[in-house]
Amino acid sequence: MKDGWSPYLGGFLTGLLLIASVVVTQHLLGKPKYLGTSTAYVRVAGLVEKALSSGAAKLNYYHKYPPRIDWKVTLVFLGVPLGALWAAHRNREFQLRWVPKRWEESFGPGRIGRLLAAFLGGFLIIYGARLAGGCPSGHGLSGMSQLSLSAFVTVAGFFLGGIPLAMILYRRRR
Amino acid sequence: MELLLGFVTGILWGYIFQRARILRFEKHIGLLTLKDLTILKFLLTGVIVGAVGINFLAHWGLVAYSVKPTHLLANLLGGIIYGWGWALLGYCPGTTGGALAEGMLDGLFGLFGGLVGAIAFAHTFDFWAQNVLPLGAWGKVTLPGLLGLPVLGVALAFAGLLILFCLLLEKFGL
Repeated sequence: MKDGWSPYLGGFLTGLLLIASVVVTQHLLGKPKYLGTSTAYVRVAGLVEKALSSGAAKLNYYHKYPPRIDWKVTLVFLGVPLGALWAAHRNREFQLRWVPKRWEESFGPGRIGRLLAAFLGGFLIIYGARLAGGCPSGHGLSGMSQLSLSAFVTVAGFFLGGIPLAMILYRRRR
Repeated sequence: MELLLGFVTGILWGYIFQRARILRFEKHIGLLTLKDLTILKFLLTGVIVGAVGINFLAHWGLVAYSVKPTHLLANLLGGIIYGWGWALLGYCPGTTGGALAEGMLDGLFGLFGGLVGAIAFAHTFDFWAQNVLPLGAWGKVTLPGLLGLPVLGVALAFAGLLILFCLLLEKFGL
């Protein structure tokens, strides 16, 4: 399995995972939990701010999303990395790298540029996802599965922003 | 219980992500430069399974929906900002931690950027709430609701269209 699974198999299993998660949480917790990830960053950000200063915890946004370790925090920051590590280890694919190959093809092997871009990119995906109300899991997978209008508008935005910038950034190959 | 469920769900999802190559920078940039549609196929297959499963289960009263409210301008604008970040980072909020677990150290800077992005959003939320969220605030709208059509019919038609789209992608070797 050098090339891994077909994306159709991975997507199919992800769809089943969404359904299983919704059914199980509906029955065990009384309220369905749809897969989503970007809120987890808000919870942790709130915890960090609370630890640093008392004033920030009063922000309206942290009333909407109280800083606490919740379902999404354990999913995003513990579960996914552990599952990925398990899969990578089993298939001998774990490899330490600072700069992705495709980035290197366009921008060279310099670490500083890559790490700054990763930081800025991370900032923008969470800032944008919180403004839009979700990311490719919350809006893309869970939202489109529920045929929610907000999901279709947001996903269109992901590509309207991402495709032109990527076409410019990665046009050049060394 | 809630935390354990999130953790287990995350492990399974992380395993799937790694095996289907959804953690890879190359695959995300491949999608945004329209050269490699792995991520799109993965997402759409998840939505096909999710749309049929969730809507039937909800129809039978086994699960409740959790539709995100539509804020047309915020959805679109947030989506575009997300897209810019996506092109720079090459990972998603849910896959960054998984990429790090596979050995991609730039993912760590993506996570830091995401946490700073969440803090920045919490501090600027009131501005968006006053000026942008009210524009096109249509509430929890779904496509069937908007079109006045039966939910299951729309879900099946939507899933059918996506299957057709995936078959066409394969037919043309994309």
